[in-house]
Amino acid sequence: MMGNPALVLLLGALPLPLLPARVRSAWMLALPTGALALLWLLPEGRTSQFTMLGLLLEPVRVDSLARVFGTAFCLAALLGVVYGLHVRDRVQQTAILVYAGSAIGGALAGDLVTLFVFWELTGLSSVLLIWARRTERSYRAGIRYLVAQVGSGLLMLGGIALHVDGGGGLRFDYIGASAPGGLLILIAIGIKCGFPVLHTWLQDAYPEATAVGTVVLSGFTTKLAVYALARGFPGTEALVWIGVVMACFPIFYAVIENDLRRVLSYSMINQLGFMVVGVGIGGSLGINGAAAHAFADIFFKALLFMSLGAVLTRVGTAKATELGGLYKSMPQTTVLCMIGAASISAFPLFSGFVTKSLILEAVAEEHRTVVWLLLLFASAGVFHHAGIKIPFFTFFAHDAGHRVPEAPLNMRIAMAMAAALSIAIGVAPGLMYSLLPFPVDYAPYTAAHVVNQIQLLALAAMAFTVLTRTGLYPPEVRSVNLDADVVYRRVLPAAWMHGQRGMAGLHDRMGPAARSGLSGVGRLLTRPLRMNGPLGSAWSTSGMVRWVILLLGILLLLSYV
Amino acid sequence: MKDDRRGLDEPRNVRLVVRALYLVCGLLLLTDLLYAKSPHFTFENWFGFYPVFGFVVSFSLVLVAKQLRHLLRRDEDYYERREQAADDG
Repeated sequence: MMGNPALVLLLGALPLPLLPARVRSAWMLALPTGALALLWLLPEGRTSQFTMLGLLLEPVRVDSLARVFGTAFCLAALLGVVYGLHVRDRVQQTAILVYAGSAIGGALAGDLVTLFVFWELTGLSSVLLIWARRTERSYRAGIRYLVAQVGSGLLMLGGIALHVDGGGGLRFDYIGASAPGGLLILIAIGIKCGFPVLHTWLQDAYPEATAVGTVVLSGFTTKLAVYALARGFPGTEALVWIGVVMACFPIFYAVIENDLRRVLSYSMINQLGFMVVGVGIGGSLGINGAAAHAFADIFFKALLFMSLGAVLTRVGTAKATELGGLYKSMPQTTVLCMIGAASISAFPLFSGFVTKSLILEAVAEEHRTVVWLLLLFASAGVFHHAGIKIPFFTFFAHDAGHRVPEAPLNMRIAMAMAAALSIAIGVAPGLMYSLLPFPVDYAPYTAAHVVNQIQLLALAAMAFTVLTRTGLYPPEVRSVNLDADVVYRRVLPAAWMHGQRGMAGLHDRMGPAARSGLSGVGRLLTRPLRMNGPLGSAWSTSGMVRWVILLLGILLLLSYV
Repeated sequence: MKDDRRGLDEPRNVRLVVRALYLVCGLLLLTDLLYAKSPHFTFENWFGFYPVFGFVVSFSLVLVAKQLRHLLRRDEDYYERREQAADDG
C-alpha cells in the first residue's frame, strides 16, 4: 500500500498548508523527486492488491507503458513546482501536488475502479488552478471545465459498471470499443483527450487559469487520457480518423486566435491528434509513437506555456494584439520559448523530431496515404502557429513598447529544465526510445528524414514570411472565435429564453378561465415539492432511515428475483 | 530600462534576414538532388515534394483561416454579455 508513488504526492500534500513558507518550498520539491525515485524502485507487475466490497483492487501496476507516463508525470510535477516557487498561494500549491499525484495514480492503476477514482480526482483538484485566478471569468470557465471533467467521470463509471456486469472483469487492460461498456469508457476518455466537439472545455478553460496553473494543467489530464487510450483501445480504427481531425482542425483556429495561450491550447489538441492516430494505428510502432510523443509533448508544451506565463506575469497579458518586441526586455525567455517552438515543430535535434516521426512512420508503414498527407499538413501547420506565430508575435513583430524585467529566476530555471529535456530527447533519442513499451527499430537521423523535415519547415517559414511581407497575413484582432461551445454557451441558453418568452406570451393570450385552470393544474402537480408538501418538508432522520431500509429491501428482493 | 533600438528595428536588416531565408529555401530545394530517397510513397520521389508541399499547404492554411474568420469572429465580450444578461435577468 505504501509503495505507491501517487500516495507520496497525495499524502505529502496534506500537511503542506501548515508548513512555513521556506519548508514548504523544499517539501514541494522533495515530493515529486521522491515519487520518481519510488516509481523506478518498484518492480514490474502488480505490486499491491486488496479486496474492498468484494472487488479486487490493484492500485499499483508497473509496466513499461505505465512507467513512461508515470515518469513524465513526476518530472512534469517537478517542473510545475519549480515554475511556481515564487507563488505564495497555498491553494495552488496543494492543488498542483494533488493533481499530479492523481495523474500518477491513474497511470499506475491496475483496475478500473482505481482508474475511476484518480480520473475524478484529476478533474476536482485541477479546477482549483483555474479558480485560483480569482476572476469572474475564470470562475465561470472553471465551472464549465468541472462539468466536462465530472461528466467524463460519470460516463466512465457507467462504462465500468457495464463492463464488469458484462463479464469484462475489473482489470484495466485491453478493453476495445465493442466490449460491454467499452464505448462509454471510450467517450469518457475522449472528453479528456479532446476528441472533436468534445474538446471545447480545453481551449475554453486552460487560457483562463493562472500563469502557473496553465503550465500544470497542460501536463496531466490529456496525457492521462492518451495513456488510457493506449492501454484500453490500441488499434481501434476509428481513432485514426478522430486523430486526423484533431490534428487538422485546430490549426485553422490557431492562426486566427488572438489569446496566445489559447493558440497553444488549440496546438495541444493538434498534438494530441498525432498521439490518437498512433494509438489508432496500434502495433508496437504506433503505441511507441503515441507514448514517446506524449512524453516529449509534456515538456515542450509546458515550456511554451511557461514562456507565455512568464510574459503574462510580467506584462499582464498574453494577447498577440498587445505584445511584440519583448526580446529586448526578456531575452532569456525568448530563447527558451524558441527552443520549445523548435521542439514542437519537430526541428532536427529537438524532441518532436524523434517522437512525432515514430507516428508518421507507423502510418507510412501501413500505407495510409491520405492519413499521412493530412498529418504532414498538420506538421507544417503546427510550425506555422506554435513554431512561428507564438515567438514572433510575442517577442518580435512590432515593438509594443513594454519594458519589463526578465522572468523570475525560478521560472527561468523551470524553463531551462524543460528546454534541456527537449534537447536531450532530440539529441540522444536512444534515451527516450529505451523507455518505450516496445523495442524500437527506427533511426530518426537519416539523410532523407533530416533534409525533408528541414525543407518542409523552411518553406513553411517562407510562406509565413511572404504572407506577412505582402500584407496577406490576417492581422491580429481582439476577438473570440466561435467553436463548438457556442452550442451550450449561446444557442441553448438563447433557445431556452425564447421558449420561456414564448410560453409567457401564450399565457397572456389565454382567457381568464383557461389561465386559472392551468395554474390550478400547476399547483396540483408541484404541491408535493412545495415547502410544506410531502417531499419538500423537513424529514426526520428516523423517517429517512425507514425509507432507505425500504429501498434497500426492495433492491435485495429484486436481486433474488 | 532605456528605450533602445536594435538591429531588427532597421527595415534594411529585416530585408537582409528575409533575403537570407529565401536563399536558404532555394538551396534546400536544390538539395533534393543530392541525397538518396527511401520513400514509402511514390510521390515522395517527385522533385521538391516536401518543400513545395510545405509552402503550398502553409500558404493555403492561412488564406483559408482568414476566410473562416469572417464566419467565426465575434466581439471579445461575446459570451460575457450573454452570461451577464442571464444573471441580471
